[in-house]
Amino acid sequence: IRFILLQNRQGKTRLAKYYIPLEESEKHKVEYEVHRLVVNRDPKFTNFVEFRTHKVIYRRYAGLFFSLCVDMTDNELAYLESIHLFVEILDHFFSNVCELDLVFNFHKVYLILDEFILAGELQETSKRAIIERMGELEKLE
Amino acid sequence: MNPFSSGTRLRDMIRAIRACKTAAEERGVVRKECAAIRAAVSENDQEYRHRNLAKLMFIHMLGYPTHFGQMECLKLIASAGFPEKRIGYLGLMLLLDERQEVLMLVTNSLKQDLNHTNQYIVGLALCALGNICSAEMARDLAPEVERLLQFRDPNIRKKAALCSVRIIKKVPDLAENFTNPAASLLKEKHHGVLITGLQLCTDLCKASEEALEYFRKKCTEGVVKVLKDIANSPYAPEYDISGIPDPFLHIRLLRFLRILGQGDADASDCMNDILAQVATKTESNKNAGNAILYECVETIMSIEDNSGLRVLAINILGRFLSNRDNNIRYVALNMLMKAITVDTQAVQRHRVTILECVKDSDASIRKRALELVFLLVNDSNVKPLTKELIEYLEVSDQEFKGDLTAKICSIVEKFSTDKIWYIDQMLKVLSEAGNFVKDEVWHGLIVVISNASNLHGYTVRSLCKAVQTSGEQESLVRVAVWCIGEYAEMLVNNTGMLDVEEPITVTESDAVDVIEIAIKRHTLDLTTRAMCLSALLKLSSRFPACSQRIKDIIIQYKGSLVLELQQRSIEFNSIIEKHQNIRSLLVERMPVLDEATYNGRRAGSLPATTSASNGAALNLPNGVAKPAAVPLVDLLDLSSDVVPAPSPSGGDFLQDLLGVDLSPASSQSGTIQAQKNGTDVLLDLLSIGTPPAQSTSSTSDILSSIQDNKTSSGMLERLSSPSGLSAQASSPAGGSPIMDLLDGFAPNLATQEDNGPAYPSLVAFESSSLKLMFNFSKSPGNPQATTIQATFTNKSTNIFTDFIFQAAVPKFLQLHLDPASSNTLPASGNGSITQDLRVTNSQHGKKSLVMRIRISYKVNSKDVLEEGQINNFPRGL
Repeated sequence: IRFILLQNRQGKTRLAKYYIPLEESEKHKVEYEVHRLVVNRDPKFTNFVEFRTHKVIYRRYAGLFFSLCVDMTDNELAYLESIHLFVEILDHFFSNVCELDLVFNFHKVYLILDEFILAGELQETSKRAIIERMGELEKLE
Repeated sequence: MNPFSSGTRLRDMIRAIRACKTAAEERGVVRKECAAIRAAVSENDQEYRHRNLAKLMFIHMLGYPTHFGQMECLKLIASAGFPEKRIGYLGLMLLLDERQEVLMLVTNSLKQDLNHTNQYIVGLALCALGNICSAEMARDLAPEVERLLQFRDPNIRKKAALCSVRIIKKVPDLAENFTNPAASLLKEKHHGVLITGLQLCTDLCKASEEALEYFRKKCTEGVVKVLKDIANSPYAPEYDISGIPDPFLHIRLLRFLRILGQGDADASDCMNDILAQVATKTESNKNAGNAILYECVETIMSIEDNSGLRVLAINILGRFLSNRDNNIRYVALNMLMKAITVDTQAVQRHRVTILECVKDSDASIRKRALELVFLLVNDSNVKPLTKELIEYLEVSDQEFKGDLTAKICSIVEKFSTDKIWYIDQMLKVLSEAGNFVKDEVWHGLIVVISNASNLHGYTVRSLCKAVQTSGEQESLVRVAVWCIGEYAEMLVNNTGMLDVEEPITVTESDAVDVIEIAIKRHTLDLTTRAMCLSALLKLSSRFPACSQRIKDIIIQYKGSLVLELQQRSIEFNSIIEKHQNIRSLLVERMPVLDEATYNGRRAGSLPATTSASNGAALNLPNGVAKPAAVPLVDLLDLSSDVVPAPSPSGGDFLQDLLGVDLSPASSQSGTIQAQKNGTDVLLDLLSIGTPPAQSTSSTSDILSSIQDNKTSSGMLERLSSPSGLSAQASSPAGGSPIMDLLDGFAPNLATQEDNGPAYPSLVAFESSSLKLMFNFSKSPGNPQATTIQATFTNKSTNIFTDFIFQAAVPKFLQLHLDPASSNTLPASGNGSITQDLRVTNSQHGKKSLVMRIRISYKVNSKDVLEEGQINNFPRGL
């Protein structure tokens, strides 16, 4: 995975995690381009788009677009599943998550993401394990 | 203390920012907060540091610059408490990346934290390291991470594994260190560790060959067993996704097996069973199952051949294709393209489904399906496929039409078995999407048409019908107009009717109508209209009854602002009025364009010439000798008069030009005198208006008059183009001047038959022991490029060895050096080294060539270096 973006329909980035080094300006450009690419696509189309020399796998949940940028050789369907798993984890953690939760608790979202994906690869596939760990970490606070 | 208990402040800030209605307001709020934070930073405020960093991160996410916070991250990381460290690391990962130098300062803290007793802190450090470490950091901290691979807590082990992945990406040399610990990770039970361990092993295999071998030998069976276990395991709520236990693990395992099995027969054998099992048993009604199947298919296609498995794989793909979900179809099409190289037969079976996909509404699916279809076409299925594609062409949308047309045309061309089918298909394509058709395509069509003499009548009639319905399609109109011009009598007389045709009646005036409509249509461009004019001329000869009407039409363009049209109009008008006697000869049927040569030339890409010949008005005085065509033979006799029978290149040249076989010598000399007036007419024609040149009997004069009157010599040029193209092999030298001559629209044919102006050779460089001469030549048609042959001679009495010549040119020149003939230069001029240079001058005409050279060689095992600058290149290079 090269980067993960959570954007709403207006183009505001709610979460941006990059696993490759990019300048600030490049990051903004990328976010803008991905948003444009993804927001205009018909729901009947595939969830995979070509983006520069990579692929973007995206899915829309309510008003938020979850986009993953991966290499050309990766298994798209698997990443689609992982997006869904991530959303389920967020849902469980925040109990019926909505966009506002993600805004006000962005630091927690990042922490959850860090438990789920590290160095651009999946780290843990069990929802329960991740939630448990987050609980442990919360206790330490 | 919970930093977020004071999160009311953080939350307040967020709320305040969200409450802003305009961007300016937001900027104001952000600026205030930043100021407060900056003040706190400079005061070295401990208490609110973490809160400030949280605020800073939020501000960063909004897109504002936050560099002043970077040191705060470091201070937080260095503090002792877990919450501070946590927010510090988070800030680090968000605000910094591996290219910042500030990162190096963190290395020490990271090292301490990696050795910390609190495993959560170790976890934090590993996380940060894994996400943003740089190569130096990786090298420094690799031993720590390696040690942690065997930590007691599985959470740490999995983080360490992924961290190692990154380290190996950054520093592949360290791969060996990680191989052993990685192998032991594969024996874990914990899924998290297993997945990360697999990822580590995969990357190790990519990074190092030895690792790959090691894993292949030791771990293949183990991995197969793990896959078997997980595939057969009962319901486990923790890892279950849509009824399949941990599909991610499945996929990781399959991917690792793929790497192990690629290129290695034994490993592939091991995994055949489990692959078959996964392929058949996995449920595919949910995305998770499909993801696994997809990975499985990829693996099967990559490992060593096993036909049974492959058939299985392709069947799965076939099933995917009929799935309603777009994603699945997309994925299947992708895979099929790769599969086609492996097993075409199997893919053929799914042709129908693929064809359906071409019509899909999603653009990326359509594109892929079309490419796949293109790969699938072979002789047996080309006809039905083309039919389908052409039907679809009618309903497809504009962006797609271009692609589709190009593909259909290439299919038709490659696989056409009989000419009539080819012509039919091309007509359909032209009618539908003529505007998208490239020039070479319809040129090719014309070549084929002219070769298919039995189909001339059929072709011209179909074209006539077609152009009446689809007259906006440019290429169609061009082809039609040309054909009507050429084969007009067939059109009117219904000659050569084929069984499948219905008789149509087309009168002469109808034919003229068609062309008139075409020429009047303002959407068509210059070339088409020029072709129309030429066709009208032909018609005026073939249908004398319509001559007056045609003349009226042509006259309308006499004052046209476009030079080409005006010129043609005037010339043709003049022919119709004054030169009735040669008119019919001028517009005789074109000789058959030799297909083989045409295809050869096209492949050798001489586009300018062929398009000039075919595209430009193809009114062709005949090249085919007719015994009765005395005046025409005369034209040739003019030349043969000058250059007697054993023709040097000049004679051949003109012979090629006019395409007449000079061998019937009998008809020659006798008729010469009697037909002088004919030649006068010709010269008259060539120099319209000017008095005929006096007894211009030399070939070159004719040529130059032809060239001088290039504007009016349009006819003669085009006259010979096709036959010029199918030039005799014996006169290749004549070939290139013909090209020059024939480049109908190039203004500057002016000069001569030879290969461009000659330049004197030049002594470029001379020293006491070495002399360098340059000989220049230019290729015709490209004034900017010069070929220089450099000759080195040794003036001394010692042999030079290891002779190397180097040259440098300023930016407006491009230089290309060919290899030298040798690098030993014999002494005293007993031999020389030659080397070719090619220079392209982008400022040709404005700046002349200049070059710095450096020559190095050995004399008696002593190195010698000579340098110089060459400024005396002839101008005009």
